[in-house]
Amino acid sequence: MRALLSSLLLLPVLSSLAAEWRLSEVCPAGFRPEQGRCYLQSLYGEYASLQDSGVGGLKTGLPPLREGFTPQQIDLGRLMFFDPLLSGDGTLACSSCHQPSKGFADGRGLSVGINGQLAHRSAPSLWNVGFLKRLFWDARASSLEEQMEGPLYSPIEMGNSREHLLKSLNESAAYPPLFKQAFGDSAISLDRIYTAITAFESSLVSLNSRYDLYANGVHEVLNKDEIEGMNVFRSFVARCAECHTPPTFTNQQIAILGTPEPDGHAFDSGVQAVTGDASQRGGFKVPTLRNIEFSAPYMHSGRFETLREAVAFYTGGRGHAVPEGEKLNLHWHIWEPNLTDREIDVLVAFLKTLSDESFMPPLPSAVPSGLRPVVDVKPN
Amino acid sequence: MKNPIRLGLLCLGLLCSMPSLWAADIPVKDGESIQDAVNKASPGDVVLIYPGTYKESVYIDKDNITLRGVVEEGKWPVLEGEGKRNDAILYSGNDFTVEWLTITHYKGNAIMGQSGNNFTIRYNKVIDTGVYGIFPQFGKNGLIEYNVLSGIEDAAIYVGMCDNVDVRHNEVFDNVAGIEIENTRHALVENNYAHDNTAGLLVFITPGLPIKTTFDVILRNNFVVNNNTPNFGAPGSIVSKVPQGIGIVVMAADDVIVEGNIVSGNKTAGIVITDLAFITDISSDPESEPNPDRLVFLDNLMFDNGADPVAEVKALMLTQFSRTGPDILATPGSAQEQDNCIINRERYTSFGVKKWSECERKNTSDVLSYRIPGGAPSEPVTATNRTKLLYQGICAGCHAYNMRMIGPPTLAVQALYRNDAQGIADYIAEPHKVRPDYPAMPSQGHLSPELRKDVAEYMLKVTK
Repeated sequence: MRALLSSLLLLPVLSSLAAEWRLSEVCPAGFRPEQGRCYLQSLYGEYASLQDSGVGGLKTGLPPLREGFTPQQIDLGRLMFFDPLLSGDGTLACSSCHQPSKGFADGRGLSVGINGQLAHRSAPSLWNVGFLKRLFWDARASSLEEQMEGPLYSPIEMGNSREHLLKSLNESAAYPPLFKQAFGDSAISLDRIYTAITAFESSLVSLNSRYDLYANGVHEVLNKDEIEGMNVFRSFVARCAECHTPPTFTNQQIAILGTPEPDGHAFDSGVQAVTGDASQRGGFKVPTLRNIEFSAPYMHSGRFETLREAVAFYTGGRGHAVPEGEKLNLHWHIWEPNLTDREIDVLVAFLKTLSDESFMPPLPSAVPSGLRPVVDVKPN
Repeated sequence: MKNPIRLGLLCLGLLCSMPSLWAADIPVKDGESIQDAVNKASPGDVVLIYPGTYKESVYIDKDNITLRGVVEEGKWPVLEGEGKRNDAILYSGNDFTVEWLTITHYKGNAIMGQSGNNFTIRYNKVIDTGVYGIFPQFGKNGLIEYNVLSGIEDAAIYVGMCDNVDVRHNEVFDNVAGIEIENTRHALVENNYAHDNTAGLLVFITPGLPIKTTFDVILRNNFVVNNNTPNFGAPGSIVSKVPQGIGIVVMAADDVIVEGNIVSGNKTAGIVITDLAFITDISSDPESEPNPDRLVFLDNLMFDNGADPVAEVKALMLTQFSRTGPDILATPGSAQEQDNCIINRERYTSFGVKKWSECERKNTSDVLSYRIPGGAPSEPVTATNRTKLLYQGICAGCHAYNMRMIGPPTLAVQALYRNDAQGIADYIAEPHKVRPDYPAMPSQGHLSPELRKDVAEYMLKVTK
């Protein structure tokens, strides 16, 4: 598979040789083909969930995944994801802020967009993003297709325009034939671009962590501290699992926590800015904790550098970081659990059992535009 | 039974082929650890806990386990949290039973489920534990009966995000909330004695939770008496906002039937029906439908309610020139329409139910239980089937039997290794790139050598 990779190694600048590009004909890891389309095969496939909610406990079915794309669509999305041709000035790709080695986040508190401009919030991880029904920290998009229009066309993120995006893809020699492989003809439309990138993003599935083995009956894979941490996590004292609910470790709801902003930054009103509803001031979407070990710093503004700091926030007292004069409807699970240092340590140990990057996609050494792909490779 | 001998032989044959049917009793004596016994237990086993004091938190992530206290001449096994342990019992397995325990002084909950279908929680005494007494969450099909709970700063029995649950014959007193049915469907709350709480029975939709509805709840033949305890809920908690002196609160829930209850001596009101505006200081949730609909009030015995109502209710009643609270109060804007119904309404003092229609249904005698006959489906994870689960869940995501996926076909692996399961087990611990046209396989080194070999053997036997 991925025959294109080996050929491209020899032809890094010869993207005009469009015939050399072949999209993958097999589904990515974890996906089985059915009539030419790819569907997830996971440890959770046989389980139900209450009211089909995709939340519950250890052996609970998943929320619906965006799946059923073809291998070619997923592979085309992969190539575009890493291709800086998608930004206004050819310097940034999706992968600039969603780096494979950083949990598909970027390791920054606030992301950096075109011409070095600072974004308003922290880039979220893309692992398991295909299970989410609402996107962005403030939940303002209800599909990945809708979501990606945000960064693509934001003047402070990728700085592109619809017209320019279509023009540059059409003018590249390699892309039209790839669209033909993925969609049957070589017409390039915004919908097709969004579909392919959605297909790729939805293939970033992480459900084979050591936690998942435990959840499915292989109890011996977690050590004593990790199990102790899991029990603190789901206890009604720490209450982490009430919002970070298995199996995806998010209940996909809005929660008002009152986490602090970075020094010198104004208070972020979160969901209120989208809905105009003052009761939602300071509300953000509950993020997944899968692969959380890799996506520091944490919270919507990346205020906490380490997992330990992020966990300790919750035992700092209800509203302890809310700026003076702000009235927030803090979530009822934000309380004063009085966690011990030991409990915080084992919670962090447990969170690291949620790490699994076994389905890391192949990282391209070249992309169809001939530009240098934005890929970082984790040092061994 | 025409041929008992033959049937007996058949049973014996089944038992021999399924060792898990040999349920074992695992005794735990004072000074020993309940958790150690749970760790040893297999599906079907009963952990017998003898009288003594057990200072631990116990978690059960296996299916079909029973924790059973042994009470001898009035001496109970006691789980003692000493004010520093989190929860007494945490379970996630299906078909779990916990009974005959005294649980006290925990910081969190006494008995808490996170998923786990077909649960049974009965004959327990829960005294002064932190947040909830009994709290199954995300469970389908459960029974909570003959428990006595007191001194809980939130709900003593809290059925949260569950389906098909019977709550009956329990006594709940000196708590903030007695029994709370929240974001749950098909619940029967029957023959309970809820007294001296801040509020007795609560049927709620709480906004902001991932499962959004509460409907089809029957409150039947309960004693709901003298619930006038000042609210001592934790600041910020939902129940901390419940006014004292209410027998029953229905908030935003639909299709709630109230029948045959004795509701008396509750100083604010007997029954309060309200929409989500009842709770202030909470983030709104557009996906939570805020209005209570289609309530059915059949015959109930109500008297002496509303003697000293909280200020808001007093102000409301003054508009009707009354200084006392009513038996039934539908707050302004809540359940004012004729899709709600009541029979014999003239017997009660009431507010806001003028437009309610006359119920066609006169009783609920057709409903004996809301549990699912035969139980909710649950296949226990056992040592034998977990190998298959791992193969299907992990290996089969990259290897199909006779077709190229991202990994080579299982047939090709079988041809390469033939009978060498150990070879596969060793390879998957530290995979290296073998075939130039396939990517390297991710390591499975976190699996134990035994488990890798089990899965390898399974892979060599796959035939489709």
